[in-house]
Formats: sequence, structure tokens, C-alpha cells
Amino acid sequence: MTAPTKSSAVHQAPDPTSGLLGTSRADQFFKGLLTLAALLIPLLLLALFYELAHGSAPAIAEFGLKFLTDDVWDPVAEIYGAWPLLFGTLLTSFIALVLAVPLSLGVAIYLTEFAPEFIRKPVAMLIELLAAIPSVVYGLWGIFVLIPILRSTVFPFFRDTLGFLPFFDGPIYGPSVLSASLILTIMIMPFIMSVSRSVLLAVPNSQREASLALGATRWEAVRTVIVPYARSGIIGAIILGLGRALGETMAVTMLIGNRHEISASLFAPGYTMAAVIANEFSEAGTTLHIASLTYVALLLFVVTVIVNAGARLLIWRVGRKSGG
Amino acid sequence: MNPRAYRRFKSHVMVGLMGVAVLVAVLPLLAILVSLTLKGASSLSLAFFTNTPVPAGETGGGVLHAIVGTLMIVGIASLIGVPIGIGAGIYCAEYPASRLAGITRFVSDVLNGTPSIVVGVFVWTVVVAQQKHFSAFAGSIALAILMIPMVTRTTEELIKLVPVSLREAALALGYPRWRTSLTIVLRTALPGIVTGALLSVARAAGETAPLLFTALGSQYLSFNPDQPMAALPLVVFTYASGPYEEWHQLAWATALVLILVVFLLSVAARLATRQRFSSNG
Repeated sequence: MTAPTKSSAVHQAPDPTSGLLGTSRADQFFKGLLTLAALLIPLLLLALFYELAHGSAPAIAEFGLKFLTDDVWDPVAEIYGAWPLLFGTLLTSFIALVLAVPLSLGVAIYLTEFAPEFIRKPVAMLIELLAAIPSVVYGLWGIFVLIPILRSTVFPFFRDTLGFLPFFDGPIYGPSVLSASLILTIMIMPFIMSVSRSVLLAVPNSQREASLALGATRWEAVRTVIVPYARSGIIGAIILGLGRALGETMAVTMLIGNRHEISASLFAPGYTMAAVIANEFSEAGTTLHIASLTYVALLLFVVTVIVNAGARLLIWRVGRKSGG
Repeated sequence: MNPRAYRRFKSHVMVGLMGVAVLVAVLPLLAILVSLTLKGASSLSLAFFTNTPVPAGETGGGVLHAIVGTLMIVGIASLIGVPIGIGAGIYCAEYPASRLAGITRFVSDVLNGTPSIVVGVFVWTVVVAQQKHFSAFAGSIALAILMIPMVTRTTEELIKLVPVSLREAALALGYPRWRTSLTIVLRTALPGIVTGALLSVARAAGETAPLLFTALGSQYLSFNPDQPMAALPLVVFTYASGPYEEWHQLAWATALVLILVVFLLSVAARLATRQRFSSNG
């Protein structure tokens, strides 16, 4: 991090030879091109925000903030309320995080601290392949492999043992909030794992050695020294995973059952923000319907921007700490 | 049990639990790969690659239209997205202390996490709604927007690995900056940049959501980017959600082809870097 900063001072100093060789114009042109490319990215962010806000203006004018709390979504009557979508998005992401975080942290810690050398790289690569599988393939597998297993064995088992809880009560459907949450778990796990693994790898060895030398067992070294050292990076990784889960579209659309309702039971179908856009956008007939879906997209965009920006700030803090 | 033995015991238990976590994490990957191979391979045939779809209910039919579509949509997206991403990446690496570099770097990271469906809505608004029809080109723009921030970040990271001395040597020999950047720095970092570009292509090839209301999908073989076009992920989605058993078979076969494409691109990406940078770990 520090080396390029130092060198940039060298580069940005006026170059006495460039004028003599007649290349300063070429240099300026080159820098201009690069600047244009670099400018495009922040402009893209602004354009995304502007266009989504502009496109959802009719819905914002019609429903305002009540859009967030109303629970009727009726394209025929032209009434739109996004509360079931918000709820479904938050609930599936929350369940996925609760299940994925301990698993992926366990894997990341095992792979950086304990695993025999020869399995570290292959397993890490295998799990990164898991991250490369397209979302729609997860959806396909979810429909034809995961759901039949869940419906025939796992869900009935939950209902028989935990049925006294409202979450595990009621009729069992295949496509449901719980099925979607489980596929999300599988999808965000490799992501959280690979980011937290790289954060753990950045913890200096001196920290490990010092704690072991003081008599800590290997687990105690992890719990009291290594994880606390990497804490903000790990939290960043988890928040990045959350961002993924919130915006995940195809697999959830294929598994959640797509019903604008809130039910206490996790066996019941639900809906998410991303899924409703995927399902209804290309068939939306009226201006207000399109504007309402764009409003949903705007909300999703703003939430994920906040979540991702927060995560990045946390991860950068670890990078700076180990760099300095 | 004395305290020391208890602590050692606890350490072993925790390590064991984490080992179990690895097994649980690897299990779904294996399950997905096994079902893809079993269910997909049985539906693969030569006709699958050379035919276009037949009417619903009939057997046979292939996905040639979607293979062509994916190649065209992703190809055009790469032509747009990769140069811009590389340019922005060079800027961030060459002027790391500048304000714009800081902003671009941060916004790239934020955009990397933006849901692809949101980008789809954006492109629908600025392209499809203006042109008043769906087109493969709109799909390419959506994919390009997803690729740019990814390529920017990897390009910058890899250029930063190029030793400063190399750059300084070129400048000291009287090379202008643009030639130093292109022929010395960029060339040294090229394998890594290729890796980054290929990884972004792999990700774009698997994207479905941004194509749903841009490229839309189609049942016919088409080479015209101004018209709706099929793509492999769209075919998987349509066939998987349909009611017919033949469609489900085709969905599995198409998914197998799609995942082979994505994995090949990812492996090619890793191989590109391994040769040059293996000494750096």
C-alpha cells in the first residue's frame, strides 16, 4: 500500500524530458482516456440511483413511505404495498446468515489454522468453485433435488419434533421460505468463507506464535488472539454475505413459492424484493405497476449500497492494520 | 480431569467440529455436481448442440440458439466492459493517491455487491424503454455494467504487484508515461489481468437476472443483437419452471453445459496467472 503512494510522488512531479521529446500531448491524451474510464464508475453509481429514483417517481408520489408498510399487492386494483417483500427478503437473509456464518467461519478457521497443508488449497479451491456456480443452477438443483428431500423427510421431521413452535407448524409446501433460506445458505457460505479466509491469512504469524508461546492451546489462540485480531474483517465478510443474500434473485425466485403473504410458518411460501422484480417486471402492463417494481429495485439498491459500503470500510480497516 | 487436560480436550473438540464444518460445506457442492452429471449427461447428444427447440411436448430439440446467444451477448459485453474496466484499473494503480482513484476503488467495491436484477431494471429504463423493444444488445450492456467494477479491481491489484523499479527504469530511459504504462507495466501484469477478465466473463456468462427483461430470450436462432436473443441461463430458468418432463431434462442438460463453460473459464483464468506469478505465491 505504501510503496505505490511513494512512487506516485515521483510520477506526478513535472517530467522535464517529456516536453523536449514532444510526448506530453500523448501523455495527456492517455491520462485523459484513463480518467474517463475511472470517472465512468462513480457516474454509473449516480446514474443507477437517478434512473431508479426517476422511474419510481409515480409510485413514490402515489404511495410515499406507506409503500414500505402496506401489505396488499394487487396489480388489478393498482394497489401496491411492499411490506411482505421486505419481510421475506429480511427473513430469508437472516435465516441464511444464522446458518451460514458458523459453518463458513468454521471452515475458514480450520483451513487457515488447523488443516494439514495438503488439503488447504484443494478444499479452498473447491469452495471457490461453489461460488462460481450460476444462481440459476442452484435454483434448478433446489427445485428437483433439494425440495423433494425437504418435503418428504426434513420438513415432516421438523414438524413432528418442533411443531409446537409456530415456525414449524402448518401445511408443508415444497417451495417455501425455509427452502429458499436453505439454498441461500449454500450460496452465501463460500462467499463468507473466502473473504474471511483471506482476512485470517492477513493476521501476522507473530500473533499466533506469541499466544502459543504463552501456553494457549491452539483453540485458545484462535479464540483469544487470531479471531479478535481479524474481527472487523470477519464482520465485513459477514455483511458482504448479507448483501449477497439480500439481492440474490434466481434461486430464491425458483424456490420461495412467490406469494405476497406473510405467514408465521416457515413451511409456507413467501416472496422477496428481487423475486418480485424478476417475476413481474417484463409482464407489468401499467405505468404504476412498473413504477412500483422500480421503487422496489430502488429500495433494494439503496439497502445493498449501504450494506456493502459498510462491509468494505470494515475490511479495509483490517488491511490497513496489518499493512502498518 | 485436570484443567490443562480439559483445555486440551476442548481444543480438540473445537478443531473436530470445524473439520465437520468442512465436510458439511463441501457436501452440497458434491451433491450439485453429481446430480448435474447424472441428470444432465443422459440428455446430452449431438442434436442437443446442433438443433433449436421443438414445440412443447415433443421430444428432441437442442439449445444451439442459446449457445450462440450466450456467445454473442457475453462477447459484446466483454468488448464493452473489459477495456473500460482495465482503463479504470490502470488509473487507480497509476494515480493511487488521487481523489478520483479513491472514489473509483470504493464505488467499484460497492457496485460489485449490487444485485444484478437492479442493474437489469436500470438497463431496461435507459435502453429497452427508450428503444421500445427488447434486444440482445441491452443484455450485453447490463452484463458489461456488472463486469466493469470486477475488472477494475483485479486490474489495479495486479498492476500494484509490478515492481516500482521496472517502471522507474523505463521512465529513466526516457520512455513517456503512456508507453511505460502500456508496454512495461501492463505487459508485466498481463497474465493477471487476463485472469481477472476471464473471471468476470465467467460470472457474466452465468447471470440470468439482468437478462430477463433486456435480452428476454427467444426460441429461434438469431444473430441480430438488435433483437431478443436466447442465452443458456435463461433457457435453464424457462425449462426448469415449465410443466413438461422433456423440458426438465433439457434444463439439466443445459445447466451442465452452462456450468462446464463457467468452470472452464474459471480454470483457464487461474492457469493464466499461475505461470507468471507462481513465485509470488
